[in-house]
Amino acid sequence: MLPFLRVGPFLVQMPGLALLAGLWVATILIEREALHLKLKAPAILNALFYGLFGGLIGARLIYVAQHLGSYLRNPLDVFSLNTSTLNFLAGLAMGAAIAFIWGRRQGLPLRPTLDALAPGLAVVMIAVGVANLLSGDAYGLPTHLPWAIYLWGEYRHPTQIYETATALIAFIVWKRIPAESRGTGIGFLQLVALLTGARIFLEAFRADSLIWSGGFRAVQVVGLILLALLIHLANQWGEPIHSTALLKDSLQNKVNLKRKGGEIPWTRRR
Amino acid sequence: MKPKTNAVHLRFSGTITMMTIILILGAVWTVISRTSEPSPQQALPPPNPKAGFAAPDFTLDTLDGGQLTLSQLQGHPVVLNLWASWCLPCRHEMPTIEKVYQKYQDTGLMVVGLNLTSQDSVPDVKAFVKELGLTFPIVLDRDGAVSERYQLLGLPSTFFIDRKGIIRSVVVGGPMSEATLQSKVEDLLQEK
Repeated sequence: MLPFLRVGPFLVQMPGLALLAGLWVATILIEREALHLKLKAPAILNALFYGLFGGLIGARLIYVAQHLGSYLRNPLDVFSLNTSTLNFLAGLAMGAAIAFIWGRRQGLPLRPTLDALAPGLAVVMIAVGVANLLSGDAYGLPTHLPWAIYLWGEYRHPTQIYETATALIAFIVWKRIPAESRGTGIGFLQLVALLTGARIFLEAFRADSLIWSGGFRAVQVVGLILLALLIHLANQWGEPIHSTALLKDSLQNKVNLKRKGGEIPWTRRR
Repeated sequence: MKPKTNAVHLRFSGTITMMTIILILGAVWTVISRTSEPSPQQALPPPNPKAGFAAPDFTLDTLDGGQLTLSQLQGHPVVLNLWASWCLPCRHEMPTIEKVYQKYQDTGLMVVGLNLTSQDSVPDVKAFVKELGLTFPIVLDRDGAVSERYQLLGLPSTFFIDRKGIIRSVVVGGPMSEATLQSKVEDLLQEK
């Protein structure tokens, strides 16, 4: 755990730095993948930027709305930002909605765009794991396993390392998706399904879970609902296939067919 | 169907199968890994200076010559503010803390100002308290042991502790705005 690093008179927030680094690498990968899928990379990055900015404002506004009495008496205090006065879930939802609306208005095709975002999402999840390890958040249950880490007065499951490792594995799986499947939405679906599955499994080792009635962990239940939605999406997207990438591919094949006098390129004799 | 399209379609089928397997295994795991309702003894987490843990206990001398033990305040929501007289943000937020204390003390709110006396002096502390007209108890951490237990990273630092003695929120740095302080206090007061 290394939440802060003193550099001269400054106190550098290490988890924040890890998240920032993750975000930076994520934008590079997203841009690269967007160009590969022949998408408008600046439009995707703008959608992300507006999503982040809108998410931050949303997180703040919802917190203010939850404590309206306090802020009505001191309206200027709305601008007094503090990370403990943000509603992260509301911010996440609002940020995603803003990015989605912005992307649609820019004419970004949904499935190839989600595929372009997939590597960035994996990298951000890796960065979140590292940030949690540095801050000591998302800590595990006490254990006597040989790989336990000493945190908050006890030897615990290194859940932050588990989460980083599973995000890394999900990224490697995404990297192995064949080129012809890129842009169909399959990369995004597979990545989110793997990350969700891993989270459902690993949540049982977390000591800070939100517990619902019956002893169910909230994250696991939400994860199962998300998986069901992903299966529904995959069923819809699996057939028929109309992704931009495939349409372009199909058009290119027709052009090739004409140029080669009716010969189908992938059955051509040498 | 073209070979490439067919390959993609097959890949989707494979993905659906994979996701269905994850869903089934996940559902089974969710049921298996349910937690039992914690007993009252288990309900209190170990002491750590972090949200979700019990506030580390201490007994310290107060500025007016008495003693104060944090655990004796259980049953009251507590705002524990770590400060020093030479710290400018501490000076700026103290009047706000006093104002909020005056407003909510009838509801049972307790405010404790923990002075880093190991890096301060008692005469300076007395002058500071008199100048700002602070009425809540000030405790003196003469050897710095308590601020070390609270893993002090910056001044001021404020811990919001619920009626059970569990830290609900930590604000490092300042000065805190009145609305921020009030919103945190109201969250504490809402918890029964």
